[in-house]
Amino acid sequence: MPLIEIKEVNKIYKLGDIEVNALHNISLSIEKGEFAGIMGPSGSGKSTFLNIIGCLDRPTSGQYLIDGFNVSQLNRDQLSNIRNIKIGFIFQGFNLLPRTSAIENVELPMLYKGVSAKERKKIAIEALSAVGLEERKNHYPNQLSGGQQQRVAIARALVNKAPIILADEPTGNLDTKTSSEIMELFLKLNRESNISIIIVTHEPDIAAYCKRIIRFKDGNIISDERNEQN
Amino acid sequence: MINVFSTVKISVRALRVNKMRSALTILGIIIGVGAVITMLAVGNGARKKIEEQISSIGSNLLIIFPGSSGSGGVRFGSGTQPTLTIKDAEAIQKECSSVQEASPVINGTAQIVYSNQNWSTSIIGTTPNMFIVRDWSIINGKVFTNDDVKSSTKVCLLGQTVVDNIFGNLDPVGHIIRIKKVPFKIIGVLESKGQSAQGHDQDDVIYIPITTAQKKLFGTQFPGTVRTIMVKAKTFEDLAKAESQINELLKQRHRIGNKQENDFTVRNLTQIMQTAEQATNIMTLLLGAVASVSLLVGGIGIMNIMLVSVTERTREIGIRMAIGAKTWDIRLQFIIEALTLSLIGGLIGIAFGIAGAKIVSILAEWNTIISNMSLVLAFGFSGIIGLFFGFYPAYKASLLNPIDALRFE
Ligand SMILES: Nc1ncnc2c1ncn2[C@@H]1O[C@H](COP(=O)(O)OP(=O)(O)O)[C@@H](O)[C@H]1O
Ligand SMILES: [Mg+2]
Repeated sequence: MPLIEIKEVNKIYKLGDIEVNALHNISLSIEKGEFAGIMGPSGSGKSTFLNIIGCLDRPTSGQYLIDGFNVSQLNRDQLSNIRNIKIGFIFQGFNLLPRTSAIENVELPMLYKGVSAKERKKIAIEALSAVGLEERKNHYPNQLSGGQQQRVAIARALVNKAPIILADEPTGNLDTKTSSEIMELFLKLNRESNISIIIVTHEPDIAAYCKRIIRFKDGNIISDERNEQN
Repeated sequence: MINVFSTVKISVRALRVNKMRSALTILGIIIGVGAVITMLAVGNGARKKIEEQISSIGSNLLIIFPGSSGSGGVRFGSGTQPTLTIKDAEAIQKECSSVQEASPVINGTAQIVYSNQNWSTSIIGTTPNMFIVRDWSIINGKVFTNDDVKSSTKVCLLGQTVVDNIFGNLDPVGHIIRIKKVPFKIIGVLESKGQSAQGHDQDDVIYIPITTAQKKLFGTQFPGTVRTIMVKAKTFEDLAKAESQINELLKQRHRIGNKQENDFTVRNLTQIMQTAEQATNIMTLLLGAVASVSLLVGGIGIMNIMLVSVTERTREIGIRMAIGAKTWDIRLQFIIEALTLSLIGGLIGIAFGIAGAKIVSILAEWNTIISNMSLVLAFGFSGIIGLFFGFYPAYKASLLNPIDALRFE
């Protein structure tokens, strides 16, 4: 059974009279432990696709199953719950809470899961040391570099032991060196914890880390192949 | 699952980020709560005063004056014939079934002397049941008896003010004082009653048997007449019946026909006082209501700030939703924020309200009373305001679409 199974998903945005067909009959499966890259030109529907997988957005039509479980029919709070325990989201702009320390940012998903304060703290410190930021735990986002902020975001994605990490251009705001550090971190998490990782990127250097590359164009998948180098 | 304690922490932090804004919002509630508490204290003070006066004149009280009460109210002045007599009082007591006690009164002012001390005070001649009528007790000695009235004994009871001024700390019972040069034996001291409704000192008084007053002190050209008759009805419910029984009896005794004007007037003192009490209650309510409006305005201030806050923090809300915050996690966060604002305002407002009441009582020399009830009420009300005006912004925040919220610039 695939971890993620998408069947004939469409996403249509309505802007007044104009309809934008952002995703067009997409079907796709992703197995546990995969490291997939999504590539394609700007506006091809990559983010829309990732947001639907991440349960942040709903498809206009089609089916979506996580672990064989149909999420298309879930209500708001049930979707929140899926995001909370199944999915770790990494954004291009980091999306840490401002004026909130690194450790408190990392604790947040556990807060909404109902983990006790003591346990939260312990797990958050573990996650921060896994991304190499243990000694920065009391820093605020504006006291951290871009790469460090993205590591905090990754630590936040790890704490509820989510089997899936979704990253939308996670290195888009980072320099080359920091980018490869972040990618190494993903690689390590994929290898050591068997976390499935799906990364949206338009940079070939980043895509080179992925074991599978899915290419989008105008809301369609135009190719889906194994990356021979990995 | 909703974690209230952590949500409180999140809320308090959010408020600390915008200290000035939070402080100004809280100020609205402080003023509202403070005003409510001060106003209720003023109203309660007024009511307490009236209640004290009611209990100091005695309960279920009627008073009978000579003279008629036409459409222009009671007319009894220097020209009025003194038409009431001791016999009238005795008849009322005997024949009116709703009356418990009826006590005639003659009063005047006189100079009193004790050794080298002297004092001018009000002298009241009456019968022993007066102290039942007025719920007045003796703290020292005893009341004169009906025998004293019958034989016009020269005995007297002193009010506390007279005792303080003539005897100081000395026990006056057993001593002789002179009233208008007539020697009287002091047989008792009355419990202190304080000020009357009109503001005069009810303890600056000497009570003597009514016959003694008639014969020895205030002999008039109308022998046997009295100034007023005070009547205590058996119960509060009996007051109206007692009034009509007295009217009927006195009409008969004074031979007044149906078409003629009465030569006496019966007043229901208790009713007058209770009307005054109701008026103060209404005043308290009005003051409280006016003050509540400012609390309401404070609440609108909270709603305003919370709406601004929700808009400013749309992205934050999106992030929280993206990592698993549910509808009520978000709602609770903003409701608790609003509640924190209003409850802090409520607490400080209580302090300001208490201070305000003190200032009013000093500046306006108005007795103010802060009841625990009004504190609980004002604090609870500020909480309700926080909940009420916090809910809409919280509701709005919780309905945001996570994707739209995340994209919000
Ligand atoms: N909220 C939206 N409303 C309307 N159109 C949208 C919205 N989000 C995306 N689109 C459109 O859908 C298409 C795909 O967008 P997106 O998934 O963001 O592309 P990518 O991430 O590949 O650059 C684009 O044409 C974009 O304009
Ligand atoms: Mg995109």
